[in-house]
Amino acid sequence: MAIRKAPKLAVWKFASCDGCQLSLLDCEDELLAVAGQVQLAYFPEATSAVMKGPYDLSLVEGSITTPHDVKRIQQIRKQSKFLVTIGACATSGGIQALRNFGDVEEYTRYVYAHPEYIETLQQSTPIAQHVFVDFELRGCPINKMQLLEVLNAFLNERKPNIPRYSVCIECKRRGTPCVMVSKGIPCMGPVTQAGCDALCPAYNRGCFGCYGPMEAPNPEALSASWKSMGKDENDLVRAYRTYNAHAEAFQRESERHAQQR
Amino acid sequence: MPSKGKSRTIKVDYMARVEGEGALHIKLKDLPDGTVEVRDAKLNIFEPPRFFEAFLRGREWTEAPDITARICGICPVAYQSSSITAMEMIAGVTVPQSIRELRRLIYCGEWIESHVLHLAMLHAPDFLGYDDAIQMAQDHPQVVKDALRLKKLGNDIMTCVGGREIHPIAMKVGGFYKTPTVEELQAFLPELEWGLDAAQALTDLVATFEFPDFERDYEFVAMRHPDEYPLWEGRIVSNKGLDCELAEFFDYIEEEHVRHSTSLHSFIKARGEYHVGPMARFNLNFDQLTPLCQEVAEKYGVAPPVLNPFKSIIIRCVETLWAIEESIRIIKGYTQPDAPSVPVAPRAGRGYGCSEAPRGICFHTYAIDDKGIIQDARIAPPTAQNQKSMESDLALLVPTIGHLDDAALTLKCEQAIRNYDPCISCSCHFLKLEIDRE
Ligand code: SF4
Ligand code: SF4
Repeated sequence: MAIRKAPKLAVWKFASCDGCQLSLLDCEDELLAVAGQVQLAYFPEATSAVMKGPYDLSLVEGSITTPHDVKRIQQIRKQSKFLVTIGACATSGGIQALRNFGDVEEYTRYVYAHPEYIETLQQSTPIAQHVFVDFELRGCPINKMQLLEVLNAFLNERKPNIPRYSVCIECKRRGTPCVMVSKGIPCMGPVTQAGCDALCPAYNRGCFGCYGPMEAPNPEALSASWKSMGKDENDLVRAYRTYNAHAEAFQRESERHAQQR
Repeated sequence: MPSKGKSRTIKVDYMARVEGEGALHIKLKDLPDGTVEVRDAKLNIFEPPRFFEAFLRGREWTEAPDITARICGICPVAYQSSSITAMEMIAGVTVPQSIRELRRLIYCGEWIESHVLHLAMLHAPDFLGYDDAIQMAQDHPQVVKDALRLKKLGNDIMTCVGGREIHPIAMKVGGFYKTPTVEELQAFLPELEWGLDAAQALTDLVATFEFPDFERDYEFVAMRHPDEYPLWEGRIVSNKGLDCELAEFFDYIEEEHVRHSTSLHSFIKARGEYHVGPMARFNLNFDQLTPLCQEVAEKYGVAPPVLNPFKSIIIRCVETLWAIEESIRIIKGYTQPDAPSVPVAPRAGRGYGCSEAPRGICFHTYAIDDKGIIQDARIAPPTAQNQKSMESDLALLVPTIGHLDDAALTLKCEQAIRNYDPCISCSCHFLKLEIDRE
């Protein structure tokens, strides 16, 4: 019987906080087992060893914000059989996409004494806006159990089992009473994709949308109930403009309220 | 063998086992007498800028803890603590002792997780000659397994108190959204007791590593609290005369923007570069450590002033032990607060927050208006503050090891940078090594 060589895993970083790739190192119980099944071909945060491509699976963290990174992601795509983006930065531009609604030149002047040293793009954009992405894993940060599921699925060439319904479904399953209904706390859960096990409502706080939009969300309806709870247009603009501000459904809704204020 | 009279460039384009993107560029000349002269040593930080300070303007003051956490996935509690305490200064609230203790506990969780990740998985492979901890695990399986178990303990504490380990969701201005029960915390005691032994065993191991003979007369900067090893309260002090309140930070410290870095370089106006992190904290606060920590450190001849940055790995072990002891103390005395938070209301003003991230002080200041909307934000992360010191270490270290070939020299330089546990993602809110022999 032919011995199959362990698949080559690569982890790439763009503009990000490193939290999503840290999730892999945070799989303390599974890390050595995972490392036994794959070759860590490129993962600079964890190892100095570097293997040349092509790679069987590339995990990409972070968003595209510089001209150089626009080119780098093309190279990575060419070398990768499968490319999976991990986290809100990579799937929707991340918190740094707040620049997309501001004036980057003014931002650069505000933070840096020599704006002329800084090379950056007007927009922070998700990976899928530049190359074909095989699967997008959401969250800021991602859930490590979902990451293990995605790794398993791709290494076994099957579809990952990652539901696209809302945080509300997880609240029901967990038995958390709806924080909007029972406590009058505004919550983004009805439009946000599940995956965190409805964490915030279980801590008496409203979801702030860190997993990004669910499949086919209805943000207009949610905005209306936020308004009935006393929130104004500025509050709504801020609510849709956090960690997934550049995700289409959230972007459109935030613009609608920005125009109305 | 480097050839004499020639110039060399040593480059590391993308430094491994650090958090974020950075490079090293060292230009040196091999002199005829066999020594080397360093022409230039630069830490090139090319982590893309993310402009946090710019887009914080216009956000609500209560959003700062969650937003600034996203500067760094490795030390989110540091960012949350600094921003929360800055905002509480503006609101003029002090949280009850039980809430303060819970904050200390989640911060201890972050120290344990971050220190063990760095010392065992990122830094130890340098000393033992491996590419990574997974390779190291083949020869030292128990060490790596125990390190992973300790790291998990830190993460589990963060998850219990904060909801999750990366970007916890339970902390807010005024306290917590929800607090753990006494039973939930007491369940950690057996594992923490095991941790006391495990952290000492780790110290026994790292203390046997070979340390380059390299010492520097640094200006160490850390926080100093009258009765405790510092986390976020007290004054900012140094071994060379700095002693200021948080509000005076930018009176003494300036930030400079240099071409080769998207992270600002900090320096003390009167004297120049300084050093933050475990060595600084340890040297300035040794008297506040527990007797056990002092004893373990002294057993290996590590007593202030420690001036060899390579020995920071031992200090990280001692601080891990401290964080475990502190966690035990907090849990044993814990009673669940009556209310998880105190009410807070915005008022126009400016506040300051500084906390001891695992890699050094993380300073924040914000101005808000009477509705609580952020008008101005400044953040000085630890790695930015250490940048000048890291570059000087390289410039001083290279002449002592110039006889090494490029590969060995490069490795030592990378190790010297890893002494700082640099968090490049933080510093831009950094690493590539380039050695240039002219
Ligand atoms: S998605 Fe969030 S946790 Fe992940 S890298 Fe981006 S900022 Fe960090
Ligand atoms: S409840 Fe919402 S904000 Fe909270 S962790 Fe889940 S998706 Fe993120």
